[in-house]
Amino acid sequence: MLPVALEEATKVVQGFLYSGKEYVCAMQVHADVPEETLRGVLGEFVGEIYQKPPLRASVKRETRKRSIYRLEVHEVDGRMVLFTCSCQAGTYIRKLCSDIGEVLGCGAHMRELRRTRAGPFTEENGLVTLHELSLAQSEFEAGNPEPLRAIIKPMEIALSSMPRIEVRDSAVDALCHGADLAIPGIVKLDSSIVKNSLVALFSLKGEGVALGRALMTTREILDQEKGVAAKTERVLMDRGRYPAMWKH
Amino acid sequence: MVADSFDFIESKLQVHCAEVNCLQTVMPWAVTRELVTKVEDVTDPKYGCRPEERSPSIQIKYGMVNVDKPPGPSSHEVVAWIKRMMKLSHAGHGGTLETE
Repeated sequence: MLPVALEEATKVVQGFLYSGKEYVCAMQVHADVPEETLRGVLGEFVGEIYQKPPLRASVKRETRKRSIYRLEVHEVDGRMVLFTCSCQAGTYIRKLCSDIGEVLGCGAHMRELRRTRAGPFTEENGLVTLHELSLAQSEFEAGNPEPLRAIIKPMEIALSSMPRIEVRDSAVDALCHGADLAIPGIVKLDSSIVKNSLVALFSLKGEGVALGRALMTTREILDQEKGVAAKTERVLMDRGRYPAMWKH
Repeated sequence: MVADSFDFIESKLQVHCAEVNCLQTVMPWAVTRELVTKVEDVTDPKYGCRPEERSPSIQIKYGMVNVDKPPGPSSHEVVAWIKRMMKLSHAGHGGTLETE
């Protein structure tokens, strides 16, 4: 699966790029290993691991820490192992397989991989084939928008696992112009905001307005009446949808 | 005496491991979030629009598609294909699937 953001929605990618991933992977081990040993070794990889990105990687090849939340073995058939891996973004599964091989002593490699989750997007919620998408597009061009409407999800879904702050109508346009979010503009907020975390700023209608960096905790925002609560990092909404109250 | 200390260390280790395992089972997408109210306020229906009520063209502009990626082409190629097919100004994806 691959969540694709269209036009303005490309701005939310930053928000869920760092969210967790889930894969189903088929791994081949290079010798006959008792299933118990195999499960034991896989168990050792749950938690924090050190990983050096592979030779062909899109990031700098520097050993880094990654979290493996869950490794669940579904099936062991001879030297083939089918498992689900839930992990932090930026974990290389091909590398994970070869590292498992190193610990086993006999070597192993990744045979097949399928992503089943990227942040809030899963295989279960409305996966669309390219064929279905192109059919819906031709229907749309022929004047029937319904099939396309059924396929396209609002970009706000990508922000659903982030802590959020809901702002007043009067604060929306200022945010759209890149202003930081001040406390008087806040109506509702996530109960556990920590300083420096990425927060999603929403309108009271549930529209994504901007992504911001929290400068205060939830407690501080509730206790204080003025000051900047979040620094606007990425504007999502076009200007002019809400009145420009800040100009007066 | 030595055996006792080993047992002690072993028991401490087990408790520690249990705590670590407990922490790791909370996946980032499964975190339950709660909202608290700072002040009561209402929104004016004259401005903006709920995401689910957007017109088709606006829906596309602020939309996402969860694509069942075929194994052959790269994520980049799939995005480029969608961009051309739907005549979009831009399109992007959330990280590549590492298969190549």
